[in-house]
Amino acid sequence: MNPRPSYAIGTGLFILLGFAALAYLATQTTSVANGIASGNTYTLKARFQNIGQLKARAPVKIAGVRIGDVQSIALEPQRMDALVTLSIDKQYNDIPDDSSAAIFTSGLLGDQYVGIEPGGSPTFLKNGDEMVLTQSAMSIENLIGKFLVNGGPKSSSSDSAPASSAPPASGHP
Amino acid sequence: MNANLRRNWLLQGIASVGDCGLFFVAVLGALPKSLRHWRETCRQVWFVGAMSLVIVMTCGLFVGMVLALQLYYTLSIFGGTAALGTVVALSLFRELGPVVTALLVAGRAGTAVTAEIGLMRATDQIDAMGMMAVDPLAYVASPRFLAGVIAMPLLACVFNAMGIFGGHLVGVTWLGLDNGTFWGNMTSTVSLHRDILDGLYKSIVFGGIVSLIAVFQGYTAPPTSEGVAYSTTRTVVFSSIVILAFDFVMTAFMT
Repeated sequence: MNPRPSYAIGTGLFILLGFAALAYLATQTTSVANGIASGNTYTLKARFQNIGQLKARAPVKIAGVRIGDVQSIALEPQRMDALVTLSIDKQYNDIPDDSSAAIFTSGLLGDQYVGIEPGGSPTFLKNGDEMVLTQSAMSIENLIGKFLVNGGPKSSSSDSAPASSAPPASGHP
Repeated sequence: MNANLRRNWLLQGIASVGDCGLFFVAVLGALPKSLRHWRETCRQVWFVGAMSLVIVMTCGLFVGMVLALQLYYTLSIFGGTAALGTVVALSLFRELGPVVTALLVAGRAGTAVTAEIGLMRATDQIDAMGMMAVDPLAYVASPRFLAGVIAMPLLACVFNAMGIFGGHLVGVTWLGLDNGTFWGNMTSTVSLHRDILDGLYKSIVFGGIVSLIAVFQGYTAPPTSEGVAYSTTRTVVFSSIVILAFDFVMTAFMT
C-alpha cells in the first residue's frame, strides 16, 4: 500500500466539514429541529381550544419574563383540541398548580407566545403536569366577524334611535 | 468591411460557445477513464475545496451579518422583526449561498486552474502527455471538472452555516431579538426539500459551470504569457455572467 498523500487529510477534513455543515443546516434550521429538546428543562402540558398562530419554539413567559419555550404542538384526536407541550427552565420550578396559561400576541401583529398567570396554590406544578385553566388565542378575524354580524343589522334597522355602538355618527345632525 | 469584421467577431463568439459545448461532452466522456486517476481528483478537491474554506467562511460570516443588519432595519419599518431568522435563512439558502460561493470559487480556484492548464499547454506538457499515451482530458481536465462539482455544494453548505451564525450573532446577540423567535420562525418556515436541497442543486450546477469554463479557458489558451493572462481574466468574466444568468433561469424554474 502506498503512503497516503499529505493532501488526503485536508481533503477528508474538508468533505467532513461540508457534510457537517449540511447536517447542521438540515437539522437545526428546518422543521426537523422542532422535535429535539434541550437538557435542563421540565415539561408541562396545556390544552387550548384554538392556538391561533402559535408555533413550536415560541417563548413562554411569566410577567413578561421568558421562562421557557413551546416544545411541540399536537392535535388531541378524541377531544379535538390542541395539546401544547411547554418546556420550562428547571430554575422556575415553583409555578403554582392553579396557574392559568393563555396565548397572547406581542404587539398588534407580532408573533404569539404563551403567557402564564400565576395562581395562589401552595403546591407547585411538576414535570408532565397539565395546566387546567387555559385561554385560547384571541382571533382578530373572529372579533371582526362578530362585530360585523352584530353591528350590521342594528345600524341599518335603527335609523331613528341613536345606536349605542356608534355615537359620533348618530350625534351628527 | 466593418460589417464583415463584426460578422466575423460574432461567428467567432458562436464558434467558441460551440467549442465549449463539444469540450463539455469530451470531458464527460473522459470521466469514466479519469476514475483511474482518483488521486488527482482528490488533490483537486483539496485545492478547489479545502483551500477555499477560509475565504468562503469569512465571506459567509460577513454576508450573514450584513444581511441581518439590513433586513432588521427594513423589517422594523413594518414591525416584522420576528421574521428576521426566516428571511436571513431563506435568502442565504436559496440565493446568496450558491451564488456568492460560486463567484468566490471562480475568483480563487477557477483562475488558478486556468493559469495552470494554460501554462501546461504553453510548456507543451499536455502534448507530452499525449505522446506518453496518457489522455490529457482524463488526467488534467476531467478531475478538475469533477472536483468543482464535488466541492461547490459542500462549500455552499459551509457558507450557509456561517451566514446563519453571523445572522444570529447580529440579530440575537447584538440587536436583542428573542433567540426562540429567531430559530422558531426559521424552523417553521424553512423546508429541507424546497429550500436547502434546491440551493444544493443550484450549487452543483454552478460548480460544473465554473470548473468547465476554467478548464476550457486553460485548455484553449494561446500558448503565450499574454494569452494565459487573457484566458484567466475571461474565466472570471464568463463564469460570473453565466452563473448569474443560470441563477435566474434556475430560480424561475424552481419556484
